[in-house]
Amino acid sequence: MHEMSLALAVVDQIDGAARFERATAVSSVRLQVGELAGVVPDALAFSFELACAETVLEGAELIIEQVAARARCRPCTRTWETGMPPRLTCPGCGGADTELLSGRELQIVSVSWHDAPRPQPTHQER
Amino acid sequence: MCRVVDLQQAVLAKNDACARLLREDLAARGTAVVNLLSSPGSGKTALLERELTLARRRGIPVAALTADLATENDATRLARSGAPVKQVLTDGLCHLEAGMLGGHLDGWLPQETRLLFIENVGNLVCPASYDLGETLRVVLASVTEGEDKPLKYPTAFGLAHLVVVTKTDIAAAVGFDEAAFRAHVEQINPGVEIVCTSARRGEGDGALLDRALAALDGAPVHVPVMTQQHSHPEPASVLDPNSLVQSQS
Repeated sequence: MHEMSLALAVVDQIDGAARFERATAVSSVRLQVGELAGVVPDALAFSFELACAETVLEGAELIIEQVAARARCRPCTRTWETGMPPRLTCPGCGGADTELLSGRELQIVSVSWHDAPRPQPTHQER
Repeated sequence: MCRVVDLQQAVLAKNDACARLLREDLAARGTAVVNLLSSPGSGKTALLERELTLARRRGIPVAALTADLATENDATRLARSGAPVKQVLTDGLCHLEAGMLGGHLDGWLPQETRLLFIENVGNLVCPASYDLGETLRVVLASVTEGEDKPLKYPTAFGLAHLVVVTKTDIAAAVGFDEAAFRAHVEQINPGVEIVCTSARRGEGDGALLDRALAALDGAPVHVPVMTQQHSHPEPASVLDPNSLVQSQS
């Protein structure tokens, strides 16, 4: 199961960005996981919770957007959902000149975090 | 104050950056990496023993790094070829990552090496996600594993530059349907070359070596459909509009 390695990579990247931005806590993380990314979302969610322990992400919610795999035949321009296992030859013309439109995503989309409160300027400073 | 920050970073960004550096460093010294993936027991080591021996006979400087959870048995077998061999023990980790390789190669990999074979941990799931800086990714399946192996492990077979069938000497005994296997590979990875080998009988001897040397010399390498996805996020409908801009609440 490499989902633990992936979860640690996610936490490592966000922890670095959060520290740089002086965020005090991360409340949620949004990931995109494509159908053909070779990742089991449930295993990733389980690993994520463990990987967050004792970091600024502790207790953060993981939101996984699963992305369906779609392909397009270059010669006949037909598009189709590849399914699983994927069909990457054209179901229309049988051609093999295929372009993958989606399905390989494994991306940190966004993070929601809390900033340390900044000192409010006083009247005198304004 | 809570902020939603648009990061848009690949989860594997760090591994991919390490792999890119490794590929460039090795290319600068004239070395190409061949990454061998298969399930346990498919015959990676037996095939590699033959290819390394053949390379030595032909005077081609090769080296091999073999990864396992435990034991140095594979390194012992491969070293019989006379090529420099290194065993990497992953201590239970199910795959190799690009960042793990640098430390193993520094001070060990002979400068004149033209081909470095990496025998990945026997596993068709996890190693598929990790680029090791290879020029050629080879996925093996033995005739005993069934014709539908490519359908069961689409990520591994879908990202292969070359597919190798092993143990063809016993294909008839186990009723291996080569045409069905080829059709399944074509469905997942259209256009990829499939080579049949038998380490016991010598069928396909040099196939790996010849293709790796050609790739090292700049011959075009197959581009799998799965590696051709545009980098733009698609479909747009799955994106949360709030995540596209930095918003504050």
